[in-house]
Amino acid sequence: MPTFQIIVCAGIVPEPLQTLEPVENAGKYALKNEAMLPMIIDPWGMHALYEAAHLSKTYPGSKIYLVVAAPKGKLQQVMMTIAQKVPFELIAIDTPAGGFTEAYEVAKALEQAIKSIPALDMSQTLLFGGWESASRCSGATMQMLGEMLGITEQFQGVDTLTVKEDGSFEIMERVEGGLHQKSTFDKLPAVLGWATGDLPEPPNNPQIGMMNMRGIMPSIMKAKKEDLPNEGIELKSCEVPKALRETKIVDNMTEEMIANEIFTWIKKD
Amino acid sequence: MERILCLLHTQSDGTLSQLALETLTVSSTTAAQLPDAVLLVGILGTATQQAATQIGSCGANQFFIAEDPALEKGSYHNDTNAAEAIAKAAQATIIFAPADSRFNRMISGMAIRLNGRADTHAVAVAADNGTLTISRWYYRQRIIAQQTRQQRPWVISIESDTAAPWKGDSKTVDATTVSFAVDANTKVIGTIAPENTVQTIKPDSPLLFVAGAGWCKKQSDGQTHLLEAESLILDFVNRSGASLGSSKSLVDQNSEGEAVLGCLTHMNQVGQTGSTPRHPKGLATCCHGEEPHTVGWRFITQRRAINTDANCGWARGKTDVLYVADAFKVMKILNDLLK
Repeated sequence: MPTFQIIVCAGIVPEPLQTLEPVENAGKYALKNEAMLPMIIDPWGMHALYEAAHLSKTYPGSKIYLVVAAPKGKLQQVMMTIAQKVPFELIAIDTPAGGFTEAYEVAKALEQAIKSIPALDMSQTLLFGGWESASRCSGATMQMLGEMLGITEQFQGVDTLTVKEDGSFEIMERVEGGLHQKSTFDKLPAVLGWATGDLPEPPNNPQIGMMNMRGIMPSIMKAKKEDLPNEGIELKSCEVPKALRETKIVDNMTEEMIANEIFTWIKKD
Repeated sequence: MERILCLLHTQSDGTLSQLALETLTVSSTTAAQLPDAVLLVGILGTATQQAATQIGSCGANQFFIAEDPALEKGSYHNDTNAAEAIAKAAQATIIFAPADSRFNRMISGMAIRLNGRADTHAVAVAADNGTLTISRWYYRQRIIAQQTRQQRPWVISIESDTAAPWKGDSKTVDATTVSFAVDANTKVIGTIAPENTVQTIKPDSPLLFVAGAGWCKKQSDGQTHLLEAESLILDFVNRSGASLGSSKSLVDQNSEGEAVLGCLTHMNQVGQTGSTPRHPKGLATCCHGEEPHTVGWRFITQRRAINTDANCGWARGKTDVLYVADAFKVMKILNDLLK
């Protein structure tokens, strides 16, 4: 039975219900009150972590490394919520938060962190992450990181990974029109940028939490600081779109009248 | 002097997609606006000469093609090898590419091979006073930024509806063939429709139908009506040809083991952690929620909603018309009209 070294890369993002407003400071943009916003692990990165946990459980002896680039203080809070779900070894990088950071520089920081993992066997390595973050939304970091590590089997928008009996891998990636593209490949390493997959959120397990926390705090304490200067890129403006519409509230029509009105609207060019 | 490469791929029938033609419009417009800029076109895939002929009168100074049966369907390794070879042969400083799933998979990796940088999902491109700027969304369509970059090559992927599709006469061109290494580790088997999601987001549909969590809630008789709800939704989608989207809360119920509509999965999810489809019209039913959930609406031009709550956050200020009504009853009549 094969074993895998699964490296999951993830950032942290504001909890989705928070109001987001950009602010400029010395020519750089950030979110207003960013330090105060409650944060979560990036949703697609989280799915990647659940998929890693599932794979690790199916193939005993496999190991999960969670590599997170985020501000130390925020990372500590976020770890409290996920540490009970999945067993992993945290590798923390102390970076600025936010979407207004450069994918290339984040990928560079991740590359250095991954190369510091002792006895990493690339022939057993699966590099997982979200296919996009919910902050920068570029879908660039994992591809760049893969290239920096010399990994040329890459898949984005992955919903399913199946390890076949002969040791090969089958991948389902999202493509246009609600379809999946099915591919196979024989050899690791590979990069998988996960979409949502189809696994539920694992339940909390206090024993996993206790085990994880023994490594999490030291990892956060010794996290290497990376400034991410956004070299060469300039944001000229940054704003919340004015999207408010004049909504006509219709509360005095029968169902028949409404259906007829919608029917006419649908049929009109 | 900028050397602007419009990087495209053929479809299975050897033609170029609408998004490819929109990207060509962006490329040629930018080349015309930047001083001394040169427009180049690169096409990878199969039947690339046919595709080059299709856009032969676009004004490009030079065409580059990379062709191999391995490029019929997109895979990271082969597409990146081919695109890298084209970009190097063209000595491109700015590369525009369509933001479709095939190029989204590899465009940023290609930028690394070129020692360049990538910015993806551009929704506007402008070249004022000799400076190229792009607009793109951050935080899942909640913040929009206008930005520029010094590094070259600068790889930019273009979202749909950024420009009108290029139109012009076909013309035979003398394209330069570029060679590249083909890898056989990844084998693309083909595309398949996911189980239970025959009805999902269809980009070419004129209408998006969004089903919200209210469809699974107890109705006025104190009972849930899941089978009826699923039947009404699928009847409507089948008869109207609409795309079927769903709110996150409804899809999450599936993962959490609650009563669900079998026709909906994460593939249908629109909004903050789903897709943000582009359709001329959108009809939301039984949806609720605030701004993060309504980003699924962002690129829907005409919007209407049916909801029993007149103060629904999904609808107020975000839809053009909110019908305060029982969606079960309205959709039943509407489906009869659509027969």
